Order: sequence, then structure tokens, then C-alpha cells
Amino acid sequence: MNRPWMLAVNSVIVFVCLLGLWQGLIEMNRLPPYILPGPLVVASALRERFPSLMNSLLITTEEAAGGLAASIVAGVGVAMIFAQWRGLRQLLYPYTILLQTVPIIAIAPLIINWVGAGIFAVMIVTFIICLAPIIANTTQGLISVDENLINLFVMHKATWAQTLFLLRLPNAMPNLFAGIRISAGISVVGGILGELFAGSTRVGEGGLGYAIVYANDQMETAYLFALVIAATVLGFSFFFIVMFLEWLALHKWHASSLPQSAE
Amino acid sequence: MVTRIEGSVPEIALEGVSKRYRNAAVALEGISLTVERGEFVTFLGPSGCGKSTLLKLVSGLSPVSDGGVKVNGMTPGNARELMGFIFQDATLLPWRTVEQNVGLGMQLEHAARTARRERVAKMLELVSLSHVAKRYPRELSGGMKMRVSIARALASRPRILLMDEPFAALDEMTRDRLNEELLRLYSEQKWTVLFVTHSVAEAVFLSSRVVILAAHPGRVAHEMKVNLPWPRTAETRESEAYEEQVMEASRLLRGVYQG
Repeated sequence: MNRPWMLAVNSVIVFVCLLGLWQGLIEMNRLPPYILPGPLVVASALRERFPSLMNSLLITTEEAAGGLAASIVAGVGVAMIFAQWRGLRQLLYPYTILLQTVPIIAIAPLIINWVGAGIFAVMIVTFIICLAPIIANTTQGLISVDENLINLFVMHKATWAQTLFLLRLPNAMPNLFAGIRISAGISVVGGILGELFAGSTRVGEGGLGYAIVYANDQMETAYLFALVIAATVLGFSFFFIVMFLEWLALHKWHASSLPQSAE
Repeated sequence: MVTRIEGSVPEIALEGVSKRYRNAAVALEGISLTVERGEFVTFLGPSGCGKSTLLKLVSGLSPVSDGGVKVNGMTPGNARELMGFIFQDATLLPWRTVEQNVGLGMQLEHAARTARRERVAKMLELVSLSHVAKRYPRELSGGMKMRVSIARALASRPRILLMDEPFAALDEMTRDRLNEELLRLYSEQKWTVLFVTHSVAEAVFLSSRVVILAAHPGRVAHEMKVNLPWPRTAETRESEAYEEQVMEASRLLRGVYQG
């Protein structure tokens, strides 16, 4: 975790090795492509269907990123309110758990009813499943401030806003990033899952989830694999972008992102 | 040290101050104490005698249950800008550099940026930390962190310093050196200091007066004037007078533990 790029290089090496193992298995057992296509067949399917795959990838990226971004903004906002009013927090906090336990398949028809199927509906699905980890982690960071730091701010007659922006929010940054890391992973899953229930089915408007269902129906197993790989790459990209941002924000002062050699 | 001008108010006055917690535990009972401007008063006593609580009451961070506290004739809450609080841990903001930490108080008080920069540079020079201005707290030793904490408190030009076991977590060498440094600053800047410690040697070395507290409930058991000449330096610790005063304070403290 010390050097994000080292982790990235190692991940790529492992990925290439797995590809080799996969191709080897196909060759040894002479499996037909509709059962298990080899990486070479998948690669050619990827090349042939590249424009439509990119289109699906872009749509899912938009849905996942949009939902995630909205959940960060709303989650931090809710956490700030929770941190400020203890009574309100105790009253409403249990409801944030509802966000995680509500089955998406059950509320998808409602969302379609309200905003219609499509990118926006999927964004809402992603938003809902990403929200709880952001709220929980950020609230924790905002309220667990050293008592004497609060006293210090009181002694200097700090205003409500100063205490929030100069003390509580910076203190909550490591927690916020822990939340974003969790949510970034599930946002891609949420986008793909959301498309199954609330995505558009019009040609050229379906994301990865829609394309996966389509490829499966058409027995295009090689393209299905290409789509799965695209989804995986998307998940990894989100993870690494968040890790990089976290490193950027925290490496100067926070223990989690510092080299272990110090002290 | 400094005697009161006729008719003026004492710097800090506690009258029959008691502090009870919600669980009915009595932290302090019937504390009456007057501190004149420029005095260096140390509170010494067993753990649980409420010496830290006393500072919280004077600073207004915690309300009294009974009695009255006046700081320069005002309520603690109204006298905040006269006071600087130095906590047991350095309580620095880890995401700020040393200079940003030192400037925190002035920033909260909306001081102009240029004035702030000048003052911070001066304070860092005062505690000999100019060379680590751009470093982050985690890169500093315990003693350096505490000096940053002191610089931060001094940046707001306090008249009164409240110090709650500031050097308790440091090794003895560092503590001795910081004690000498503190007295050097004290002789220049003439604050009134309330200092909490459980080290007899530290109390005698620093103070003009040592107040020994007894526990359960916390109350004043003895007061002892420290008769050592100023300025006090490292050599002071080798003097016979110092040894005698330390022994005297130890004897009084022992009485409190046995009583």
C-alpha cells in the first residue's frame, strides 16, 4: 500500500499469468469456444465488437461514477448533520442501514416508475447502495475528534464553521476515504446490477449489464467474456483512482499512507 | 514576586470552588485561592486530586458546581483571550505543518495573513524550531512537539498560561531542558502561570509557589513559597537551597498521601 504504482505493476503481472494459465487449460482439454473461450478468441471478439463494447463501458462508467459522486456529496452532507446534532443522529442513523438492506430488485420498479428506465435510474440504484458506507465512515471521523483539540478550538473562540472545516472535516478524511474505497468497489457492481433491473433496453443505450444479458441470450460466449473483463477493468480503475486520490490527500501526514521505515 | 496595587483585582481568584460530576463524585471541594499577576503557581498532588480539573475550571472549559472563579475580575468565559492552554499531549493537528499549527490560534482569531506569518516566524525562533517550520508533527520528537504546542499558545500573546502536565510524557533530560527554556521565556514575557505536575522537582524548580492538593475530595492541603533566587538555571538544581526545598515539598506531599 506504500507505493500505489508498485501494487499496480504486481497486479498486471498476476493478471498476465492468469491469462496464460487460462489459454493453457483450453489447449490441453480442447474445450469448444461456446463452453469456455480462450483469451485469444475473447481478444478477437473484443476487437470485432470494440465500438459497442466501448459504448456499453462508457454508459456503465457514467452510471457508476455518477452514483458514486452523488453518494459522496450526499453522504458527507448527511454525516455533517449527524455530527452536529447528536439527537438527530441517534434518531435517524438506523435508517441508513435500510439503504443497505433494501433489495434493489424490489425498488427498481419504483425507480422506473418515477424517472423511467435508463442511465439516470441506474445512477439512483448505484447512489442508494453507495451511500451507507460513506455516511457511516464519515460520521465516525467527524465525531471522533480528540477532546483537547476541541478544547483548544473553544479557547480560541472558534466558530461552528471553523471547528467543522478546520478540525472535524480534516480529521474525518481518512475515514471518508475508507468509505469511498468500499463504495467505489460496489458502485461498478451496482451499475451493472442496476442495468439488469432499471437500465435502458434501446439499441446503443445499454451498459455492460445489459450487454452481458444480451450476449448470454445470443450464446456469444466470447463477447460475454470480453464484457466481463471490461467490467473487471472498470472496477480496478475505480479502485486505483480512489487509492491514488487517497494517497494524494493523506500521504503527508497520515500513518496509513506513509512508508513504514519512518520510526 | 509581584504585589497587588491597592484596589486592583487579582489575576485569578477562586472562592469556595467545588466541582461535582454527574455521578455525584466530588472532584474538588471548597478551593479558595488567589493568584497575583506574574506568579508561577504549581499544583502538586496525587492522581485524583482534581488538579487538571482545576485548570479546566479556571479556563471555563468546565463549569464550577459551587463557588466563583474570576480571571482579571471577569468570568472565565469572558477572559479567554487572556489565557493560553497547554495540554498534556501536544495536541497538534497532524494534517498541518509546524508553522501552520503555530498559526492556528491566530487564524481562528482572524488575524491578518502577514501579521500571522511574522508572528509565527518569531514564535518558532523563540522555541528554536525555525528549521522544522515546514515539517509535519509526526516527523518530530516528543520534546519538539511540545515546543510547537508552547509556540502556538504564545502566538496569541496570552497573559496567563494554563499548563496541564505538559512535560509528563517526556524523558527527564528533555523535561529539564524544557523547564529551563520555559523559565527563560517566563522571565522575558512575565505571564501568570498555573502549572500542573506530579513531579516534586519540577514544581520546585519552576514555581514561585507550590500548592499541594489532597484527594477525595480534592482540596488544598498545603501552600509552600519557593525561596529560590531568580533567574533559575541548570545550576540551580545543584544548589543546597534547591535540595532543601525539594525535601520540604516531598515531606508535605508525603503527609497528603498518608493522611
